Parts: sequence; C-alpha cells; structure tokens
Amino acid sequence: MNRRQLLQGMAGTLVLGVWSPSGQALPARLAKVIQSLYGDRPVQPGRVEVQMPKLSENGHSVPMTVEVDSRMTEDDHVARITVLAEANPLPEVARFELGQRAGRARVETRIRLADSQRVYALAEMQDGSLFAGHAFTLVTLAACVL
Amino acid sequence: MTIRIAVPEKARAGEILEIKALIRHQMETGFRRDAYGRTIPRDILKEFECLYNGTRVFHAELFPAVAANPFLTFYTRATESGTLVFRWTHESGQVSTHSANIEVL
Repeated sequence: MNRRQLLQGMAGTLVLGVWSPSGQALPARLAKVIQSLYGDRPVQPGRVEVQMPKLSENGHSVPMTVEVDSRMTEDDHVARITVLAEANPLPEVARFELGQRAGRARVETRIRLADSQRVYALAEMQDGSLFAGHAFTLVTLAACVL
Repeated sequence: MTIRIAVPEKARAGEILEIKALIRHQMETGFRRDAYGRTIPRDILKEFECLYNGTRVFHAELFPAVAANPFLTFYTRATESGTLVFRWTHESGQVSTHSANIEVL
C-alpha cells in the first residue's frame, strides 16, 4: 500500500470537523477551504505556532509569524504552509512553499484583518501529514471592508 | 516599483540565511469603495518567488489579505556563491524582479 492509498483509506474514517486545536470545531468556512485544498486528510493539532500581537490597533497591517517545529531534513520538513483568517471576507491569506533547503520553517509577513479573530496556519509536511495552529488577535481598527 | 531586499553579502556554506523582501504596492483588495460609492478595482500581486542560482527556494501565493507593501521574511540555506533573484507577479502577469549576490565561503 502506498502513501496515497493509505491517506485515501484514512480519509473515510476521519472527519476534519471533529478536530480543533482548542477543543472547538474548526470554523465551517475554514473547514471548507481546507477540504478543497487537502481533501479529507486529517489535520492534527500541534507543531505550528502562529504569532500575532494580542491587540492590533490597525487591522490594515498586523504582523504575523508562522513557525513550524520541524528539523527541515529530507525526511522531516515542511512542504507548504497555508494561512487562513476565519472572519475575513476571503479566508485565504497566503500560501507558502518551503522545502528542505529552507533550513528553518518560519515565515513572517503583515496581514489585513477585517475583525477581531483567530488566524490559522496549516503546515503540510513532506509525507502529506497536516498540522495546524492558531492565534487570536483583538482588532481595534478593522481593515474597512478589507 | 520600489523594492527592498535584505540578504547577507557573505555566509558560510550550510548557514541558514534570513531573507527579507519588501515591494511597494498598494495590494488593492477590490472590496473597497471610493467617495462616490464606486468599487475601487482590484490590483493584487499574486505571487512571489525567490530563486537561488536558478532553483526556487521559496514561493508565496498572495491574497488580498496580505497588507499593502507586501513584506516577507523567510529562510534558506547558503549552498554556493551566486545570485538570488526575487520575482513578484501581478495578477495581470506583469513581473517585477530584483537580485542580490551572495558569496559563500
């Protein structure tokens, strides 16, 4: 059985909605995006840390860092990171392609947030497994209709 | 278009390089309206990539939720002396590039 068949087999038994890093279900609209990108592959909590200020005065530009706990070797590295914002008009924020050569699984950027909300990051590892983490920020001045 | 790149000029082989890339661009979302209620047309850089001696070492797909003047910090291992090319692609297909040289000891 190859990896693809294994994943397909697992897909039937695991439903994305049951998982969440904080014990709550993933917001439905994010689960939908994740399913369109990754199918029914299970998403495990952990390994992914999202850093944002707890309070963002300006939703037009919120500094955000994603760091994934990975040795970044041939048999353990991050292939892709997807960033999703639960309360933005478009949940997709950015997708990053890394790879073994990166040496360090960390990406930093600045994002727009339409409201106070949780921002999720999903890391797809070299073997296709998925990990996720999130952070919440309180936005005082929302990016007006983004 | 103003581009700012921070890459070490010299590095030891195997060292992990921190790279910072910024481009001046409004990243207009297409959701906003002007004072007359007209939609301000969407104007987005959709892609960024970094090539190290021709090999892609980092790629980003950008959405309207990336703040104006997209700024990215990422990492790559120093392998050999050469050139890093940074390339931003607009939704229209227009490309902006910048390059930096690195000496690997």
